[in-house]
Amino acid sequence: MELYRSHVLVCGGTGCSSSGSAKLIERFEEQLKEKGLDKEVKVVRTGCFGLCEAGPVVIVYPEGTFYSRVKVEDVDEIVSEHLLKGRKVQHLVYVDHKTHESSVQKSLNEIGFYKQQKRVALRNCGVIDPENIDEYIAFDGYQALAKALTEMTPEQVIQEVLDSGLRGRGGAGFPTGKKWQFARASKAENKYFVCNADEGDPGAFMDRSLLEGDPHAILEAMAIGGYAIGASEGWIYVRAEYPIAVKRLEKAIEQAHEYGLLGENIFGTGFNFDIHIRLGAGAFVCGEETALMASIEGKRGEPRPKPPFPAVKGLFESPTNINNVETLGNIAQIILKGADWFKSIGIPTSTGTKVFALGGKINNTGLVEVPMGIPLRTIIEDIGGGCPNGKKFKAVQTGGPSGGCIPASMLDISVDYDSLTKIGAMMGSGGMIVMDEDNCMVDIARFFLDFTVDESCGKCTPCRVGTRRMLEILERITQGKGEEGDIEKLETLAENIKSSALCGLGQTAPNPVLSTIKYFRDEYEAHIKEKRCPAHHCQALLNYRITDACRGCTACARKCPVNAISGNVKEQHVIDQQKCIKCGNCMATCKFGAIIKE
Amino acid sequence: MENLVKLTIDGVSVEVPAGTTVLEAAKKAGINIPTLCYLKDINQIGACRMCIVDTGARAFGAACVLPVTEGMNVKTNTPKIREARRVNLELLLSNHDKKCLDCVRNQKCELQQMCQDLGVDDVDKYKGKMNSYDIDDLSPSIVRNNNKCILCRRCVAACVNTQAVGVIGPMGRGFKTKIGSAWEQPLNDVACINCGQCIAACPTGALYEKDSTKAVWDLLNDETKHVVVQPAPAVRVALGEEFGLPMGTSVTGKLAAALRRLGFEKVFDTDWGADLTIMEEGTEFINRVKNGGVLPMITSCSPGWIKFCETYYPDFIPNLSTCKSPHEMEGAMIKSYWAEKAGIDPKDIRVVSVMPCTAKKFEAKRPELSHNGMQDVDEVITTRELARMIKEAGIDFANLPDEDFDPMLGESTGAAVIFGATGGVMEAALRTVYEIMTESKIEPEEVEDNDIFTTVKEAARRTVKEIVNKTKLFMAFHDVRGLKGVKEATIRINDTDVNVAVAHGTANAAKLLDSIRSGEKTYHFIEVMACPGGCVTGGGQPIVSAQKRMECDPKALRAAALYLEDAGKPERKSHENASIMNLYKDYLGEPNGHLAHELLHTHYVERPKYKK
Repeated sequence: MELYRSHVLVCGGTGCSSSGSAKLIERFEEQLKEKGLDKEVKVVRTGCFGLCEAGPVVIVYPEGTFYSRVKVEDVDEIVSEHLLKGRKVQHLVYVDHKTHESSVQKSLNEIGFYKQQKRVALRNCGVIDPENIDEYIAFDGYQALAKALTEMTPEQVIQEVLDSGLRGRGGAGFPTGKKWQFARASKAENKYFVCNADEGDPGAFMDRSLLEGDPHAILEAMAIGGYAIGASEGWIYVRAEYPIAVKRLEKAIEQAHEYGLLGENIFGTGFNFDIHIRLGAGAFVCGEETALMASIEGKRGEPRPKPPFPAVKGLFESPTNINNVETLGNIAQIILKGADWFKSIGIPTSTGTKVFALGGKINNTGLVEVPMGIPLRTIIEDIGGGCPNGKKFKAVQTGGPSGGCIPASMLDISVDYDSLTKIGAMMGSGGMIVMDEDNCMVDIARFFLDFTVDESCGKCTPCRVGTRRMLEILERITQGKGEEGDIEKLETLAENIKSSALCGLGQTAPNPVLSTIKYFRDEYEAHIKEKRCPAHHCQALLNYRITDACRGCTACARKCPVNAISGNVKEQHVIDQQKCIKCGNCMATCKFGAIIKE
Repeated sequence: MENLVKLTIDGVSVEVPAGTTVLEAAKKAGINIPTLCYLKDINQIGACRMCIVDTGARAFGAACVLPVTEGMNVKTNTPKIREARRVNLELLLSNHDKKCLDCVRNQKCELQQMCQDLGVDDVDKYKGKMNSYDIDDLSPSIVRNNNKCILCRRCVAACVNTQAVGVIGPMGRGFKTKIGSAWEQPLNDVACINCGQCIAACPTGALYEKDSTKAVWDLLNDETKHVVVQPAPAVRVALGEEFGLPMGTSVTGKLAAALRRLGFEKVFDTDWGADLTIMEEGTEFINRVKNGGVLPMITSCSPGWIKFCETYYPDFIPNLSTCKSPHEMEGAMIKSYWAEKAGIDPKDIRVVSVMPCTAKKFEAKRPELSHNGMQDVDEVITTRELARMIKEAGIDFANLPDEDFDPMLGESTGAAVIFGATGGVMEAALRTVYEIMTESKIEPEEVEDNDIFTTVKEAARRTVKEIVNKTKLFMAFHDVRGLKGVKEATIRINDTDVNVAVAHGTANAAKLLDSIRSGEKTYHFIEVMACPGGCVTGGGQPIVSAQKRMECDPKALRAAALYLEDAGKPERKSHENASIMNLYKDYLGEPNGHLAHELLHTHYVERPKYKK
């Protein structure tokens, strides 16, 4: 194996890839060759680093220098300065939003964003080349599988997972070991181990990053799980919209086969395990396990009633265990380091870590992995760096369209399954969307419900029609046509849908509405009774007004598409509220900040 | 030994076999849980959420799919449950056209009934945007009106599972979900077999027969035409239900009287055509056996089955009997034999068939089923349509005196009337074939404690107890009766074992044909009826609600009435029908003879599954 004095890690995750990291890699390789450094410095395309907001991200080891927002034209400078002369390129080094501190003297783990994180599931993301099985093996890869197969009985494997307290990371938080126990207890000739990679929450990309950054970890966990429950066939149901993940999984499966880590007689133990990939066409409901299985079987992706549970009668009518990607991301570590180690992270009822996709009005958009039980405030303020532009934090939506919003007053809540559920939110799969003072909570509820209405499969009445009716009421409210009694109607529908819908999608769809009503009822009332949007967000409820800061430049009057603005040159202009269509063009045009919305 | 499970439903303790659903267990405890998407033996998907019950779980469970567990404590009547059911019903109403007054299912609609039962007081409570669909009425048999569809999918289950046809299914998703055919094609352009089992399954007016009553009224009002009518065997044991008579009541005499009062010039009987069919088909079978013809021979009475075979199993077309179906034979005889005897120009005759079947509407239009440029049958109305006409005419059906069918094409034997039940054609054919081939006689017999007939006998006892005990209900060939999906029997005729099979419901037919294709089975003679139960539960028969289907089986009850009618007939074998014998002597010559071939036999066409 060749030795290099330096490694340049370029993020090949989703965010950085779309901001051009592939071109960076090309340029680095060209430049290094040109400078004759290609035998000394190695360029590695890794999985996601997490700090997507700072992408494309490049890290140079052994120093651990963290370059952010690197452009192709910066590459020459990094090569000639840093790699050739050993001088860090100061102006490209990541600067912390909150402290305005340059990380020039710090290594990655000392940066605010990473300092409070604990990487278990994402341990290899941004560290190894996901397309190279040797790198995975170098980081103890497939050792857990070897240990499980050669030193442990299936029961012992299940016991270890059970003892670790690991709960399903897909959202519901069901103890993983218990699930495995049920599947093991089912007697059948054929059993299946399924990996649910149908990540569908808007703004969530935890599973995607894990699949893209460390695909072998998922394969290894599936093989361990297959051994534990007595299955010799595995299925990964992954969205077709994740082409990089699919490609890397395919490659990983191929490599694992080559190395004999998948296929027949693994480690000479007589255990056989093979993995198939099935692409989903992007229906959110296919993340629901019974709908997912229907989809794998080639049927319309629709849930069916439980019982029978998959562990009894699942895929192709056989006992089946289904785990989410992130859940599986923890398995190898649990087997290797033991349940006690895993339990030492987090809190007793929610052990280990959880990955969140931070998005919305937050400085450090990206992927974070934190120990369970961490205060929400730490995630939002310390890791996320708070809201941009000095805006006031208003709420955070956890659990995506199935979750609820948590208001600023509850920021000190512990982030764990039970605490979040107690206040009407939920852990969910890990989407965390931050809202600031400019977000209208009625509109947020409308937004999430719009998503579920669109994604309802249409099988059961409450979800198919009920969510649609709720959406219509919310649309009415945000358009200033809310009526007395609408809130109560929403509550009645919401409670009914929650209790009577067929599957988890319907049962949780009303959560964003219920939680916003619970914590921001005054905003609903302002919309309905006063026809006012307190956040100045809902267009129909806004009035644009020109203040005395107007210089009479006439720019706004010329931009107005409906000629609603009048006034003489060099005199204060006026908007005719009857004519105004509230398009906001005037406000965007005014150079003097003289137009306000209220 | 059955594994029993004990549970409590609304405080009532019940013990039921393991695997029973909460819905069934509740029924046993005297509790009717409301359902819409559930249809016994056909659809159990827990989709409509009307049958939700509280078991203490996080969310309510659907009783129709929830298996009982030991010690389960179920509540079906709490304020929350009642509220949730009502809200779900009101949500369904918010996307339903609610045009009840001109709906063909008015007062026979499960959705309407549910509104009354659950106390809906504002049908517009959740008023919002509604989906709007064009009505698909291009099929000669079936009309689909998605504006009344509540997406229970009972029709889909009937089409896909019971019939193995599957030309309709859910399309789109969420609020825009609708039932339709691939690529939004009309039903007429897909490989639908016109059986109408979707209609029989529909709880609302979203599916109904293509109406022909207007055309029939027009014919009756046309003084230049001689309009004659013939009702099928199965009509007489179901029509009464439309007038409040108990299921399984035979109304043969009233039927003849009502048809006469509607103004038909002659009231003939398709039973006569059925006897004629046995003569032709029996002879065809004997000839095929003797002359090494294609075997197994498969019956051709059911037009839904014929289209199924032409479309999905075209390799079996040579196996199909070339006999026209009974009402087509009768139509052909009316326009030839009767026309000649009555001295009427066939061009002035119009034949109306009253059928338990929607596929007959399609069949009557088949170009092969015509002679001299005239269709054998001009109009087909279903049992339901006849009931509407009787009501419209103000005829007090229940109090009509019994009348007879008109002679010449109205006399029939017991063998003919059992055509309406699955196995009936086979049994009727065997009575004749056996006697002719063996030159011996079979006698009526009474069979007690025979498992295969238990259903039928019990059903019969429920309606007309005293008759059953006195009558010799059975003749021979017991194994072809009953409701098993595929029935088999071996009959020793002379020195040969004749293997026969009976299938009802095209999914069962498919299974049977697959077993022949694979070489696993060999038969000589097969009866197939497209509809489960045969014609008695055809797609044109009075619709039986899901609740009622939980209480009784219309297949068994209506069949029982047919078997009783058979038992009460002086002649029970087609070759004993004097009128038919006279027909051969006087007009046709020999069965399968030249004229018979010209008028009573037909051919079939292979049909593509997909439109080119």
